[in-house]
Amino acid sequence: MSSQTTTDNDYESASAGASSDVASFEPHRKGFVGHFHDMLHTTPALVPLIVLVGAIIVFGLLLGSKFFSPFALTLILQQVQIVGVLAAAQSLVILTAGIDLSVGALAVLSSVLMGQFTFRYGIPPAIAVALGLTVGTAIGALNGWLVSRVKLPPFIVTLGMWQIVLAANYLFSRNETIRSQEIKAEAPFLQFLGIKFQLAGATLTLGVLLMLGLILGLAYALRATAWGRHVYAVGDDPEAAKLAGVNVHRTIMSVYMLVGFICALAGWVMIGRFGSVTPSASTGMMGNIQSITAVVIGGISLFGGRGSILGAFFGALIVGVFELGLRMAGADPQWTYLLIGVLIIGAVTVDQWIRKVSA
Amino acid sequence: MEPILKGRGLVKRYGKVTALDRCDFDLYPGEILAVIGDNGAGKSSLIKALSGAVIPDEGEIHLEGKPINFASPIEARDAGIETVYQTLAMSPALSIADNMFMGREIRKPGIAGKIFRKLDKAAMEKFARQKLSDLGLMTIQNINQAVETLSGGQRQGVAVARAAAFGSKVIILDEPTAALGVKESRKVLELIKDVKARGMPIVLISHNMPHVFEIADRIHVHRLGKRLCVIDPKQYSMNDAVAFMTGAKVPDEAQAA
Repeated sequence: MSSQTTTDNDYESASAGASSDVASFEPHRKGFVGHFHDMLHTTPALVPLIVLVGAIIVFGLLLGSKFFSPFALTLILQQVQIVGVLAAAQSLVILTAGIDLSVGALAVLSSVLMGQFTFRYGIPPAIAVALGLTVGTAIGALNGWLVSRVKLPPFIVTLGMWQIVLAANYLFSRNETIRSQEIKAEAPFLQFLGIKFQLAGATLTLGVLLMLGLILGLAYALRATAWGRHVYAVGDDPEAAKLAGVNVHRTIMSVYMLVGFICALAGWVMIGRFGSVTPSASTGMMGNIQSITAVVIGGISLFGGRGSILGAFFGALIVGVFELGLRMAGADPQWTYLLIGVLIIGAVTVDQWIRKVSA
Repeated sequence: MEPILKGRGLVKRYGKVTALDRCDFDLYPGEILAVIGDNGAGKSSLIKALSGAVIPDEGEIHLEGKPINFASPIEARDAGIETVYQTLAMSPALSIADNMFMGREIRKPGIAGKIFRKLDKAAMEKFARQKLSDLGLMTIQNINQAVETLSGGQRQGVAVARAAAFGSKVIILDEPTAALGVKESRKVLELIKDVKARGMPIVLISHNMPHVFEIADRIHVHRLGKRLCVIDPKQYSMNDAVAFMTGAKVPDEAQAA
């Protein structure tokens, strides 16, 4: 041992002179790209935020004050409120390395239940809304149970549930629409989230506020509570999470139930946005794809465990900005879809690059 | 002396494969018990049965003389048995502090913690940093860096630090030095001795005979799903141990379990 101590001493004296060289070597190796990569690795929501700000600036320069006004910008918020709420739900599932194809159908069914409970059975609107939220949560729980306990792949469970829920929606409603005037006259509470108010030229609805509150609330829960950490851990590696002491079953159940609840909330937002209740609302077919698009553009990894819900919100806004901007510019709507397609592929490419730990 | 952790007649089958075949196990207070055996001898199944990760089909386990039936690793952990798995059981995308406190997070005091269930990140980071510097893992600079950005040795160090920080009755280490360099192995071995000096009994699974013979008080030789014998490292050579575990040599009746 004594001979080793002397060699240790030699180490110490030899390294004393070299230390300053090592320090200057660090930044040179990493460079600008390396630091940018590090930043994106810790804050993945930055990419969609940069794209969103860039898109707003480009359309603002092209279209001037027509686009770059409080009115138009808040119009985007109103147009994305349903997709925004669904994307919040979708984010949670995708963070656990799942996917939910039934979100749109669930939203439509919930809106129909809220409407029909009120008009067919004469239940007070507030209770009808509560019942709709309860049914949404229950269907979410069923999805969660099939995924967690029966061990079916989430894709299969929710593909089936999508068809079941959509068909149940048509059967139960007898394909009848409840018109907007009727709701306004007899049960205005159903349209509660459609209430508008002005704020310095901006028009906001309660539905928009609900969406913003929901996103911020979930962002807080995912970042700052144990539950949120468990959602990430389960999506990252369920086996490791289980061994480390996470109750994987309870985490997955809580996520799917919350997702069902949020989808039902989206159903209520739909009544506020459209005024009427219709079982053939396009959300039933398109809601899944739109929410998954927002999540993917928002930089949440489909493999689970990575990304932030704010990113998904930015993703929804990016789609909204493109839709409104291109329409105002008089472009063929197909350009919107084409560009969104490019964005999806681009977003996943960036995600792959970010995931490479050592650039 | 009564064993602190005792297994009797443990059986675990996976389909037609019998991983544990009426296996016995004894860990005495304050000792380091090494478990050695060839690949496929059933070491992992034994350890998983003791740590709650698998439920044995037959047999019983006693902790401090009381029978226990763990349904999950969480229950074993609550009973004071902390395990470092070979796979380390870490979430690569989460930070060191997040991983150390996974499943036992500290919440903020007062309203923030009770109603908003806010985590006390500052307290958790401080604790994690303290435990890592106890281990001498000073090369880790940022306690908030994702585990996937650490080297294999650093990850092992974090996992060992986690077990040492929270274990109260028994610590089980599954191949703790397998992924480590010479210097880091030395640190982990020193840590294991430290933990033992505080009176904590340790189960060490390892293929590294020099490490086993350096720190173990007794060696449990596992072969074909059961305990073949328990030997004293001072009375047997590494060659004997390898011969027993591969079946090249049969232990005398006196040592046989």
